[in-house]
Amino acid sequence: MTDLEIIDLINTSLAEEFELDPAEMAPEANLYEDLGLDSLDTVDMVVVLEGAFHFKIREEESIREIRTLGDIHRFVIGKMRSAEKLSA
Amino acid sequence: MSMKRVVITGVGSVSPFGPGTAALVEGLLEGRSSVGTDGEMERIGGLRTRVVAKVIDVDPMAIPRKFRRSMSPMSVFATLAAREAVTQARLSSEEIGDGRLGVAIGSTVGSTQASEDFFRDFFIDDSLERMKSTLFFRIMNHSVAANVTQALGITGRMLAPASACSTGCQAIGFGYEMLACGRQEMMLCGGADEFHPLTAATFDIMNAASIGFNDSSERTPRPFDRDRDGVVCAEGAGVVLLETLDSALRRGAEILGEIAGFATVSDSSNIANPNPAAMAHCMRMALDDARVPPTQVDYVNAHATATLQGDVAESEAIGQLFGSRVPVSSYKGHMGHAMAASGSLELIAALELMRKGCLVPTRNLENIDPACGGIYHPPRVEEAPVAVFVKNNFALGGVNSSIVVRRYPHD
Repeated sequence: MTDLEIIDLINTSLAEEFELDPAEMAPEANLYEDLGLDSLDTVDMVVVLEGAFHFKIREEESIREIRTLGDIHRFVIGKMRSAEKLSA
Repeated sequence: MSMKRVVITGVGSVSPFGPGTAALVEGLLEGRSSVGTDGEMERIGGLRTRVVAKVIDVDPMAIPRKFRRSMSPMSVFATLAAREAVTQARLSSEEIGDGRLGVAIGSTVGSTQASEDFFRDFFIDDSLERMKSTLFFRIMNHSVAANVTQALGITGRMLAPASACSTGCQAIGFGYEMLACGRQEMMLCGGADEFHPLTAATFDIMNAASIGFNDSSERTPRPFDRDRDGVVCAEGAGVVLLETLDSALRRGAEILGEIAGFATVSDSSNIANPNPAAMAHCMRMALDDARVPPTQVDYVNAHATATLQGDVAESEAIGQLFGSRVPVSSYKGHMGHAMAASGSLELIAALELMRKGCLVPTRNLENIDPACGGIYHPPRVEEAPVAVFVKNNFALGGVNSSIVVRRYPHD
């Protein structure tokens, strides 16, 4: 997957799960203050991303640092790229 | 201790006739059936009944996602009904949220569909990794009460009675008692349930579900009729706003009626089979609580689900107290049995019809079963100056409940 395809899948999955307005889904959007998510939503966000990308991320330390949509994009892209290296 | 008087200042309904109390009352007055069939029931092996009265035209998106995410349909129904009730009562957001208002709303169980969805996924690989955080809030026993409380911003006490078919009636009764004792000024009370094929199966297994009218669903259920063959499951929510008379008068609220008395008793003679003496005892206790003699009752809204035994037992019990003088009817012929919601939905409908000064007869009652005779079954919609009515609900597990509602003001 290209970076753009990954970002698109993230945005589509999160928009569907959390009924987000695509117009508000800028990379700098804060998940809590701008998109209105809370701690329950972040638990479900992990489930949604794991289902969309077929990986396990729940126990990853760096996931706790995520604050913005862009943080998610970078986290998932990084995860996908390191998985590609491992399988290469 | 002096007891406070308790009145109804708001009602809200989501029924198989659609959202809103007006749709419920209109459906009853027009004598329509809201019973249909559901193809989903065909997937259940051994399930013979195909008839059901499902809620129509509800828009869950009317509830913000923040609150809706933890709701199964029963909580959506109850939240919309609760909103209707507080809107009618003209409660401000301050009055809703300052602790004066509590909640007593129950369901038979939490969401069976949510449980089924979870276990179907869980059994694939015994993994919890796909489990969403909001699942629990849909399957816990107090799911409806909690969701309504969150969605409306209520901060008073929360109670979630669960007594199957008696739930709605008991919730109103328990709310009435709390208000009478001065523990709250206002309570949103009622019941809610959502249809799942396993609910119908519960009755089918006991040979108590209607199975003979799958091709003519509008002809069933048939309370008190000689050809009745059992329960038709339904869904919905009925919520009433109860308030102390003092609070209602202080607020200048329109008073729709008064909860004059309530009783609930256990029928320990059998967990499934109703006992007429225990039913009559319950009604008598409710009338004693209201200090209303049977001679002053103008109408009985029966539980009457169209089971072979239940209708006979209730007819005998009503006959013991009221003879053949008092009109009796069941609304289940119109809209099936909404389980935990039935008591509150039917009480709301009976209240509104009392205010309109008319009685609605039992739909599908064409030939009165002689065993259900001896009481008065009005044959058609009648104008009637009802001042006092009794609402019955009798549940599996031996839970009897009766409420006495009186017009306000009364003579």
